[in-house]
Amino acid sequence: MSSHTIVSLPDQSTARIPKRNYLTEENGLLSWLLTSDHKRIAILYLISITFFFFIGGALAGLIRLELLTPQSDLMAADTYNKVFTMHGIIMIFLFLVPSVPATLGNFFLPMMIGARDLALPRINLFSWYLYMAGGILALYAMITGGVDTGWTFTTPLSTHYVNTNVITTGMAIFIAGFSSIFTGLNFIVTIHKLRAPGMTWFRLPLFVWAHYAASILMVLGTPVLAIALVLVALERIAGIGVFDPAKGGDPLLFQHLFWFYSHPAVYIMILPGMGVISEVISTFSRKRVFGYTAVAFSSVAIAVFGFFVWAHHMFIMGISNYTVLVFSLLTMLVAVPSAIKIFNWTFTLYKGSITFETPMLYAFGFMGLFTIGGMTGVFLGTAGTDIHLTETYFIVAHFHFVMVGGMLMAFLSGIHFWWPKITGRMYPERLSQLAAVITFVGFNFTFFPQFILGTLGMPRRYASYPPEFQILNVFSTAGATILGVGYLLPVLYLTWSLKYGAIAGNNPWQATGLEWQTQSPPLTENFTVMPVMDHEAYDYEWLERQTLASQSEANLSQAKQEQALGKEKEVPRAG
Amino acid sequence: MPDSPATTHGAQQAANSADPANFANFADPANAANSAGAEQPPYLLHHFKSASQQADAAGFAMWLFLLTELMFFSGLFTAYLIYRNWYYTAFVAGSHQLSVVLGATNTVVLIFSSFTMAMAVWCSKTGRRRELALSLTLTFLLGLGFLGVKSVEYREKFENHHVPGRHYSLQSFLYPQSDPQIFAEYHDRPLPLDEARHTEVYFSLYFLMTGMHAAHMIIGLGILGFMILRARAGAYTSGHATFVENFGLYWHFIDIVWIYLFALLYLISRH
Repeated sequence: MSSHTIVSLPDQSTARIPKRNYLTEENGLLSWLLTSDHKRIAILYLISITFFFFIGGALAGLIRLELLTPQSDLMAADTYNKVFTMHGIIMIFLFLVPSVPATLGNFFLPMMIGARDLALPRINLFSWYLYMAGGILALYAMITGGVDTGWTFTTPLSTHYVNTNVITTGMAIFIAGFSSIFTGLNFIVTIHKLRAPGMTWFRLPLFVWAHYAASILMVLGTPVLAIALVLVALERIAGIGVFDPAKGGDPLLFQHLFWFYSHPAVYIMILPGMGVISEVISTFSRKRVFGYTAVAFSSVAIAVFGFFVWAHHMFIMGISNYTVLVFSLLTMLVAVPSAIKIFNWTFTLYKGSITFETPMLYAFGFMGLFTIGGMTGVFLGTAGTDIHLTETYFIVAHFHFVMVGGMLMAFLSGIHFWWPKITGRMYPERLSQLAAVITFVGFNFTFFPQFILGTLGMPRRYASYPPEFQILNVFSTAGATILGVGYLLPVLYLTWSLKYGAIAGNNPWQATGLEWQTQSPPLTENFTVMPVMDHEAYDYEWLERQTLASQSEANLSQAKQEQALGKEKEVPRAG
Repeated sequence: MPDSPATTHGAQQAANSADPANFANFADPANAANSAGAEQPPYLLHHFKSASQQADAAGFAMWLFLLTELMFFSGLFTAYLIYRNWYYTAFVAGSHQLSVVLGATNTVVLIFSSFTMAMAVWCSKTGRRRELALSLTLTFLLGLGFLGVKSVEYREKFENHHVPGRHYSLQSFLYPQSDPQIFAEYHDRPLPLDEARHTEVYFSLYFLMTGMHAAHMIIGLGILGFMILRARAGAYTSGHATFVENFGLYWHFIDIVWIYLFALLYLISRH
């Protein structure tokens, strides 16, 4: 093991992918479409969210192309409205919300707690079908005329003044929302009921804690969005007057209901990403996460505080000054648990044996960009600056730093980190490090100029702008091109690695999680013997003892083992 | 595959070269003596240790789902709270248009259906096959009865133009004497035009809340119908009562929502 990498791969001349694994258990299209295996459902999700990500990405490309010049020349202004609306809806509801939980969470949450599957496997499959139904309906709405209200469906714009596919799109989000509810519900039940013996709450990997917190938000927040969308649809169809001022309704009520979900939704999006970062930082600095308990509780704190800050999206919408004051203070509170995470990760790095594999590069990207995104969130939570900055490009830059710079980096970090476990093969390390750097550079080129544009006063959601803003917009569009390359590369080399990547073996990173103590790709039943958790999470000394013990055991009784287990059987490491 | 976990389980065991005793230990580590797996009921899914763990998980999931449902309705209850505060007179006048007798009848019907549902759960747990089918059928009929009474009420609202939208009429509120029966009971004073117009918000909420409730009833009746067919074929009485039990929770939840709706829409303004 050299000093600059921790990767330990089996001898490539003799190593083979285990013949029996979840990918080879059954064959044929139906064995995938009717599966109840959480790992296969995770793969279904991975393919579908990648599909929607690239549609949303293409729409983002169109937005940046249009903004290359001050005039509205590539498309008409109302087409531009439809493009940014669909970009937002697809990226938020069909990519960011399910990204980490439905793929990596689905795959690894049961394995991390030593379970064979999620508690409700059929509900898990059903939630994927709901997701696909919602996704296809959203695409249908897009193709048959689109929707131009912005992803926020603000009333009375959405109920009275537009004549686009509001109802169809709303229904798509309603359905996709239930997919997210069922995923969250499944996770909570699984974490409560299916932990392996010895897997106490404070031995759970922080990835699991983060998913637990996000699941609470999914289960409690999403139904409120659902009812808000139902009310918008009924107001359009039947003319009921809950949001209609002409009848005595109040459009502000819609905003309250909508943001009651949609603010927690940003924590649904970011919390699972934070879980990924905890795993990656610990593994590549060979240290237990500093302040484990604080990091675990900070996830729950973010979830709880997250429910009491929604009105900070409404400071300029006509809510009272006292409301503004209270929600401004509560918003500041969210900065505390977020900072706890960042500081604890930093202290985990301190005196750790840090190596710079791709997942770690993305994790560093996450820490830097999320910090900027989070800090600018404090600017926006401050009522005075918010009134100046809201509805400008500053806010666009802020949430893209959190969502793209934070969540997408975390997603890519996680995909690279667990790729060897999912497929049994390594990705090409040099190329992927290059892709991580390209993504980071492209990202900053794209979104940093938007902070400046925002403070200069360029409003969001317009197809044209005064010519003096052009230079910064050109920067941004050029950066988006680089960013696009950064996202395309992983798709190409990860696909390549499915056939040509090096055989990964059980535990290429020498990580401590239970998911690494079994074969890659895992068996359908995950573990041959039920694991017993007899050590704390992130206990690298335990891992070392295990490795030494199994090596000496292997040396002593090799002949006996070969007879008993067959010559392909690898040495089990979990207790 | 989910329907026949036992057989796949067996096939996996045969295919697996590892020690089969260890493998069965996954199913029941506390009781290694029973590790042959003969004690495991056929409905046990492969990732649970025991039937009680499986039932526990399903029950817990149902409670979480009801929490989701609660949040779904809470949006409407919030709207009700706010608008009742703002448009008190309109909400009182609107409420007087509802028939307390029909509402109370429906409350009794629904509470009684909760009783028959509880009976069904008990029959399922104690293995009474014929009685289970009977209780479920009674629950179904009572649910249907509830919807019948509700449709009578809805029809009356249509006839009086109290359905929000283009044909909404303010007559009952501007000229209360035009509904002699209701006027005789409450002696409502005519509302000024702006207050009268806010009755449309009341009826919007009335139709939304009772409509959402009715939608849940209809879904419930669909599931009940399915359960009756299965119960007559002998399901749910051989120790696997989870489905009946969890549906019972759902049915009681709908019942409780109605009790709140009855109080908030019918009773609270009756003076």
